[in-house]
Amino acid sequence: MVKVEFLGPIGKAPLELDVTNLAELSKALQGDPEMKKWLENCAVAVNDTMVADLNHPLKSGDRVSLLPPVCGG
Amino acid sequence: MRVLELFDGPLAVEDILARWYREESGSNYGAYIPFIGTVRDEEGIEALSFDIYEPILKSWFDAWQERAKAHDAVLKMAHSKGDVPVHTSSYIAAVFSPKRKVALAMINDFVEDFKASAPIWKYDVRNGERIYAETRSTPMAGSGLLKG
Repeated sequence: MVKVEFLGPIGKAPLELDVTNLAELSKALQGDPEMKKWLENCAVAVNDTMVADLNHPLKSGDRVSLLPPVCGG
Repeated sequence: MRVLELFDGPLAVEDILARWYREESGSNYGAYIPFIGTVRDEEGIEALSFDIYEPILKSWFDAWQERAKAHDAVLKMAHSKGDVPVHTSSYIAAVFSPKRKVALAMINDFVEDFKASAPIWKYDVRNGERIYAETRSTPMAGSGLLKG
Protein backbone atom coordinates (compact mmCIF):
# COMPACT_ATOMS: atom_id res chain seq x y z
CA MET A 1 0.00 0.00 0.00
CA VAL A 2 1.05 3.58 -0.70
CA LYS A 3 0.59 6.15 2.04
CA VAL A 4 -0.78 9.53 0.91
CA GLU A 5 -0.45 12.51 3.24
CA PHE A 6 -2.04 15.92 2.89
CA LEU A 7 0.14 18.74 4.18
CA GLY A 8 -0.54 22.18 5.65
CA PRO A 9 -4.07 23.54 5.34
CA ILE A 10 -5.62 20.58 3.51
CA GLY A 11 -6.53 19.07 6.87
CA LYS A 12 -7.29 15.58 5.61
CA ALA A 13 -6.24 12.39 7.37
CA PRO A 14 -3.64 10.24 5.54
CA LEU A 15 -4.86 7.50 3.20
CA GLU A 16 -3.48 4.07 2.33
CA LEU A 17 -4.12 3.28 -1.35
CA ASP A 18 -3.26 0.41 -3.66
CA VAL A 19 -1.83 2.33 -6.66
CA THR A 20 1.21 1.71 -8.86
CA ASN A 21 1.89 5.20 -10.23
CA LEU A 22 0.86 8.82 -9.79
CA ALA A 23 -1.67 8.65 -12.64
CA GLU A 24 -3.59 5.98 -10.71
CA LEU A 25 -3.35 8.08 -7.58
CA SER A 26 -4.72 11.06 -9.52
CA LYS A 27 -7.75 9.02 -10.63
CA ALA A 28 -8.34 7.78 -7.10
CA LEU A 29 -8.24 11.27 -5.60
CA GLN A 30 -10.43 12.82 -8.31
CA GLY A 31 -13.28 10.75 -6.90
CA ASP A 32 -13.07 12.72 -3.65
CA PRO A 33 -15.08 15.99 -3.94
CA GLU A 34 -13.22 17.65 -1.06
CA MET A 35 -9.92 17.14 -2.93
CA LYS A 36 -10.99 18.69 -6.26
CA LYS A 37 -9.83 22.22 -5.37
CA TRP A 38 -6.55 21.00 -3.90
CA LEU A 39 -5.64 18.82 -6.88
CA GLU A 40 -5.63 21.98 -9.02
CA ASN A 41 -2.87 23.65 -7.03
CA CYS A 42 -0.94 21.01 -5.08
CA ALA A 43 2.61 19.94 -5.84
CA VAL A 44 3.62 16.33 -5.22
CA ALA A 45 6.53 14.66 -3.46
CA VAL A 46 7.32 10.95 -3.30
CA ASN A 47 9.38 9.94 -0.27
CA ASP A 48 10.20 13.64 0.28
CA THR A 49 11.50 14.26 -3.25
CA MET A 50 9.49 16.60 -5.50
CA VAL A 51 8.22 14.90 -8.66
CA ALA A 52 6.73 16.24 -11.90
CA ASP A 53 5.87 13.11 -13.88
CA LEU A 54 2.48 11.38 -13.70
CA ASN A 55 4.16 8.13 -14.77
CA HIS A 56 6.31 8.14 -11.66
CA PRO A 57 6.03 4.57 -10.35
CA LEU A 58 4.87 3.82 -6.83
CA LYS A 59 5.57 0.71 -4.79
CA SER A 60 4.24 -0.56 -1.51
CA GLY A 61 5.70 1.45 1.35
CA ASP A 62 6.13 4.64 -0.68
CA ARG A 63 4.88 7.86 0.85
CA VAL A 64 3.26 10.53 -1.35
CA SER A 65 2.85 14.08 -0.01
CA LEU A 66 0.52 16.72 -1.45
CA LEU A 67 1.86 20.24 -0.92
CA PRO A 68 -0.61 23.12 -1.31
CA PRO A 69 0.44 26.71 -2.20
CA VAL A 70 3.10 28.06 0.16
CA CYS A 71 3.81 31.35 1.87
CA GLY A 72 6.75 31.36 4.24
CA GLY A 73 8.23 34.36 5.97
CA MET B 1 26.82 22.31 6.50
CA ARG B 2 23.23 23.12 7.31
CA VAL B 3 22.42 26.34 9.14
CA LEU B 4 18.66 26.14 9.31
CA GLU B 5 17.04 26.85 12.66
CA LEU B 6 13.34 26.37 13.47
CA PHE B 7 11.73 27.75 16.62
CA ASP B 8 8.31 27.54 18.25
CA GLY B 9 6.81 31.04 18.29
CA PRO B 10 8.51 34.37 17.54
CA LEU B 11 12.22 34.57 16.84
CA ALA B 12 14.67 36.07 19.37
CA VAL B 13 15.97 38.33 16.60
CA GLU B 14 18.68 40.19 18.50
CA ASP B 15 20.09 36.96 19.96
CA ILE B 16 20.10 35.14 16.61
CA LEU B 17 21.72 38.01 14.69
CA ALA B 18 24.37 38.48 17.38
CA ARG B 19 25.07 34.75 17.60
CA TRP B 20 25.46 34.41 13.83
CA TYR B 21 27.77 37.45 13.86
CA ARG B 22 29.92 35.82 16.55
CA GLU B 23 29.91 32.45 14.76
CA GLU B 24 31.42 33.99 11.62
CA SER B 25 33.58 36.67 13.24
CA GLY B 26 36.74 34.72 12.48
CA SER B 27 35.72 33.51 9.02
CA ASN B 28 37.09 36.47 7.05
CA TYR B 29 33.74 37.40 5.51
CA GLY B 30 33.58 41.05 4.50
CA ALA B 31 29.78 41.15 4.29
CA TYR B 32 26.92 39.97 6.55
CA ILE B 33 23.53 40.80 5.04
CA PRO B 34 20.45 39.73 6.99
CA PHE B 35 16.81 40.00 6.00
CA ILE B 36 14.32 40.05 8.88
CA GLY B 37 10.60 39.48 8.30
CA THR B 38 8.32 41.08 10.91
CA VAL B 39 4.56 40.55 11.26
CA ARG B 40 2.68 43.77 10.46
CA ASP B 41 -0.48 44.92 12.19
CA GLU B 42 -2.93 44.90 9.29
CA GLU B 43 -6.50 43.83 8.59
CA GLY B 44 -7.12 43.15 12.26
CA ILE B 45 -4.93 40.09 12.62
CA GLU B 46 -3.58 39.12 16.04
CA ALA B 47 -0.75 36.99 14.71
CA LEU B 48 0.44 34.92 11.80
CA SER B 49 0.83 31.19 12.26
CA PHE B 50 3.00 28.73 10.34
CA ASP B 51 3.11 25.03 9.48
CA ILE B 52 6.39 23.67 8.13
CA TYR B 53 7.15 20.40 6.35
CA GLU B 54 10.69 19.96 7.59
CA PRO B 55 12.12 17.15 5.37
CA ILE B 56 11.61 19.08 2.12
CA LEU B 57 12.50 22.42 3.70
CA LYS B 58 15.84 20.91 4.73
CA SER B 59 16.63 19.47 1.29
CA TRP B 60 15.63 22.78 -0.37
CA PHE B 61 17.88 24.68 2.05
CA ASP B 62 20.80 22.26 1.57
CA ALA B 63 20.65 22.82 -2.21
CA TRP B 64 20.86 26.58 -1.61
CA GLN B 65 23.75 26.13 0.79
CA GLU B 66 25.64 24.33 -1.99
CA ARG B 67 24.98 27.29 -4.32
CA ALA B 68 26.26 29.67 -1.65
CA LYS B 69 29.35 27.54 -1.12
CA ALA B 70 30.16 27.76 -4.83
CA HIS B 71 30.39 31.54 -4.30
CA ASP B 72 32.48 31.17 -1.13
CA ALA B 73 29.43 32.33 0.82
CA VAL B 74 27.33 30.82 3.59
CA LEU B 75 23.57 31.06 4.18
CA LYS B 76 21.80 31.02 7.52
CA MET B 77 18.07 30.90 8.07
CA ALA B 78 15.73 30.90 11.04
CA HIS B 79 11.94 30.48 10.87
CA SER B 80 9.08 30.21 13.32
CA LYS B 81 6.57 27.41 13.76
CA GLY B 82 3.16 28.12 15.27
CA ASP B 83 1.87 31.55 16.24
CA VAL B 84 3.88 34.75 15.79
CA PRO B 85 2.14 37.89 17.17
CA VAL B 86 2.12 41.23 15.33
CA HIS B 87 5.30 43.28 15.71
CA THR B 88 7.41 40.18 16.31
CA SER B 89 9.46 38.31 13.70
CA SER B 90 9.00 34.96 12.01
CA TYR B 91 11.85 34.85 9.51
CA ILE B 92 15.53 35.69 9.27
CA ALA B 93 17.72 34.89 6.30
CA ALA B 94 21.34 35.97 6.08
CA VAL B 95 24.24 35.66 3.71
CA PHE B 96 27.89 35.93 4.66
CA SER B 97 30.34 36.39 1.80
CA PRO B 98 33.83 37.71 1.21
CA LYS B 99 32.49 40.74 -0.70
CA ARG B 100 29.14 42.55 -0.56
CA LYS B 101 27.95 42.11 -4.16
CA VAL B 102 27.61 38.35 -3.89
CA ALA B 103 25.72 38.64 -0.60
CA LEU B 104 23.39 41.39 -1.86
CA ALA B 105 22.45 39.42 -4.97
CA MET B 106 22.12 36.13 -3.12
CA ILE B 107 19.89 37.44 -0.33
CA ASN B 108 17.42 38.65 -2.96
CA ASP B 109 17.46 35.43 -4.98
CA PHE B 110 17.28 33.29 -1.86
CA VAL B 111 14.30 35.11 -0.35
CA GLU B 112 12.44 35.11 -3.67
CA ASP B 113 12.91 31.36 -4.07
CA PHE B 114 12.03 30.85 -0.41
CA LYS B 115 8.66 32.50 -1.05
CA ALA B 116 7.97 30.22 -4.04
CA SER B 117 9.53 26.94 -2.94
CA ALA B 118 9.86 26.56 0.83
CA PRO B 119 7.15 24.17 2.14
CA ILE B 120 5.73 26.56 4.73
CA TRP B 121 2.04 27.44 5.11
CA LYS B 122 0.85 30.72 6.57
CA TYR B 123 -2.36 31.42 8.45
CA ASP B 124 -3.87 34.66 9.73
CA VAL B 125 -4.95 34.42 13.36
CA ARG B 126 -8.20 36.24 14.11
CA ASN B 127 -10.18 35.72 17.31
CA GLY B 128 -7.89 32.80 18.04
CA GLU B 129 -8.81 31.05 14.78
CA ARG B 130 -6.25 30.10 12.10
CA ILE B 131 -7.30 31.06 8.56
CA TYR B 132 -5.14 29.83 5.66
CA ALA B 133 -3.61 32.80 3.79
CA GLU B 134 -4.68 31.27 0.49
CA THR B 135 -4.69 34.43 -1.66
CA ARG B 136 -1.14 35.31 -0.57
CA SER B 137 0.21 31.82 -1.22
CA THR B 138 2.11 30.60 -4.27
CA PRO B 139 1.65 27.19 -5.93
CA MET B 140 4.96 25.31 -5.90
CA ALA B 141 6.66 24.29 -9.17
CA GLY B 142 4.85 21.33 -10.70
CA SER B 143 1.54 22.10 -8.99
CA GLY B 144 -1.60 20.60 -10.50
CA LEU B 145 0.12 17.35 -11.48
CA LEU B 146 -2.74 15.25 -10.09
CA LYS B 147 -5.64 17.35 -11.38
CA GLY B 148 -6.21 14.99 -14.31
